[in-house]
Amino acid sequence: MSDEAIMTGKHFMNGDEACAEGALAAGCRFFAGYPITPQSEIAERMSKRMPEVGGRFIQMEDELSSIAAVLGGSWGGSRAMTATSGPGFSLMMENIGLGMMTETPCVIANIQRGSPSTGLPTAVGQGDMMQAQWGSHGDYGVIAYAPTSPQEMFDFTVKAFNKAEQYMMPVFVMADEKIGHMRERVEIDESKVEIYPRRKPEVDPDEFKPYEPDDDLVPRMASAGEGYRVHVTGLTHNQQGYPQLDVETQQEKVGRLVDKVDKNKDDIVELDTIGIEDAEVLIVSYGMAFRTAMGAYKQAREKGIKAGIVRLVTVWPFPEDEIKEFSKQVKGIVVPEINLGQMVREVERASAGNTEVKLVPHPGGGLHEPEQILESLEALL
Amino acid sequence: MTTELKQKEEVKPELTSAEHPATKYLREERLPHIWCSGCGLGSAVTSLTNAYEKLEIPIDDIGVVSGIGCTGRAAGYFETDSYHTTHGRAIPFATGLKLSNPEMNVTVFSGDGDLFAIGGNHFIHAARRNVDMTVICVNNYNFGMTGGQFGPTTPQGATATTSPYGNYEDPFNLPDLAASAGAIYVARWTSVHARRIQQAMEEALSKRGFSFVEILSPCPTGYGRKNDLGEGIDELKSYQDRTVIKHGSDPGDAEIERDPEAEIVVGKFVEDDRPTYCDVADDYLQGQ
Ligand SMILES: Cc1ncc(C[n+]2csc(CCOP(=O)(O)OP(=O)(O)O)c2C)c(N)n1
Ligand code: SF4
Ligand SMILES: [Mg+2]
Repeated sequence: MSDEAIMTGKHFMNGDEACAEGALAAGCRFFAGYPITPQSEIAERMSKRMPEVGGRFIQMEDELSSIAAVLGGSWGGSRAMTATSGPGFSLMMENIGLGMMTETPCVIANIQRGSPSTGLPTAVGQGDMMQAQWGSHGDYGVIAYAPTSPQEMFDFTVKAFNKAEQYMMPVFVMADEKIGHMRERVEIDESKVEIYPRRKPEVDPDEFKPYEPDDDLVPRMASAGEGYRVHVTGLTHNQQGYPQLDVETQQEKVGRLVDKVDKNKDDIVELDTIGIEDAEVLIVSYGMAFRTAMGAYKQAREKGIKAGIVRLVTVWPFPEDEIKEFSKQVKGIVVPEINLGQMVREVERASAGNTEVKLVPHPGGGLHEPEQILESLEALL
Repeated sequence: MTTELKQKEEVKPELTSAEHPATKYLREERLPHIWCSGCGLGSAVTSLTNAYEKLEIPIDDIGVVSGIGCTGRAAGYFETDSYHTTHGRAIPFATGLKLSNPEMNVTVFSGDGDLFAIGGNHFIHAARRNVDMTVICVNNYNFGMTGGQFGPTTPQGATATTSPYGNYEDPFNLPDLAASAGAIYVARWTSVHARRIQQAMEEALSKRGFSFVEILSPCPTGYGRKNDLGEGIDELKSYQDRTVIKHGSDPGDAEIERDPEAEIVVGKFVEDDRPTYCDVADDYLQGQ
């Protein structure tokens, strides 16, 4: 491999490896993780590459400690990440909440597999989509990307790091076994990798309030050892960072955790649209299911059906304004996903009865046939 | 938990002097603290600030990490970079902090339940890896914050709110556990041994590697009154009578019984040297 942090060039690599490379390119220098299929290639790649670029890799004793170490690593001043799959994601939930509450930038890649429980360890699933938004107790905004190729594993991991720093929060890369293990061409170009720097305090320590937000509702972060002597707690805290257990502080703090994502949606939400100008029926999809949906879309167009696709780059925050607009324009929306109905609920909610919304479910362990999606489209016409 | 805290805040003690001797390491504006009168936590914090002071560790090099519990609230009183994490996860958080920022002098300050019930696995692994940090456990034999339930260090036979018939579990002997997991420094003292504690903390902080100091500490509210130890002051007196100093003794013989008159072995059990996690990692990576 290369001791360059950013491996400029064309490579043939799987999605997990591309995710690791994206992290390194984005400046990640601390990785803590615990092996789990189908994520292990990320940890393996990190164990090889981290020392080459002067970072630290540590294999922890479980996922509880992996995410805790990542939060500590981030406060230590490093861009930090962990990667896991469903069972580990479940174990991480409490400290994901700590990361949200303490506004700690970091990235968590979840290479989803068939679930629940041990489920289908070596096979594809998209069953953790709602968990990404609602998994830890309490209210907080979430940013999550859904890559559909190894190239996007690289690109979206870079994006995830940047959004983590920009909004000071854990950000998710919600991939799956197929994308993680699929090998494709990945093009890396250092000149195209942009880095959002850490939001450092601009005032002296005695004036600094660790949780006083800027106009964009996001505070600034003083890392350990910089002389700011910050106190960081998962208890509800005031702008100074000190515990203050009352309704006003709870409203201000937790309200802002929700608002900093919600009110910055224009900056965060990304989606791609294909063929929607004249679309009468729509597919809304993300991640691996989108690749199958593309097949269905092409078949539909060949048959003369005016189909369109909305592909979610960011699944969270959910682009409800956009989906609402589309829902007014079409006769129906089909949502194929590799679970028994998760993001479809958001599509239904956003459509607000404007149009019929139909789930094309898959329990996990395999992919839809494009024909299943096509049939659903036809049924709506 | 909120209601419990409120209750405690109502009985918060008055400060007896305006200036704390080691104020420089404390967040004065956060004092007085929330702990009950007679609780051993205040003096444990003082020992640590004194140890920092004595060693002249620059404040900005210190990171204090706590989990959750009465003891876990300690982090919030240190005028250092301080992290009050989740229940049980202080050690892995501290591991990340240290690895990411090796210049920091990292102290974990937490309770028996936090470090050895929910967080027990992390303790043994951090000791095994010899991550360079000092772990201070304030052992009050119970879960103080949640109302005095038994925990992994509650002596057999003791009464707690979840052991109304007496605790029928065998407790951990913490020095023995720490020593066998690989800690390079292991000491136990009680709240009555203020100078010894401070000295042990100085030694532990000065050592490179995973060092461990256990402080047996009164929790009259959650444990003492129910278990014939009386108020905080009575428990301190009993420690004066019960403890025997046996430096270098086998930590396996340092078990604690419920009997308020039974002997308790204290002292320094282990003082060793072993390359730290980062030292070994860097050695291996250098060779590549
Ligand atoms: C995941 C989780 N489970 C349970 C609790 C409730 N809880 C708070 S503190 C505590 C026990 C603390 O015991 P210890 O570490 O001995 O601290 P002490 O209060 O005795 O100082 C428990 C069970 C929690 N905060 N988080
Ligand atoms: S409950 Fe026990 S440990 Fe907690 S503050 Fe009171 S005396 Fe101290
Ligand atoms: Mg306790």
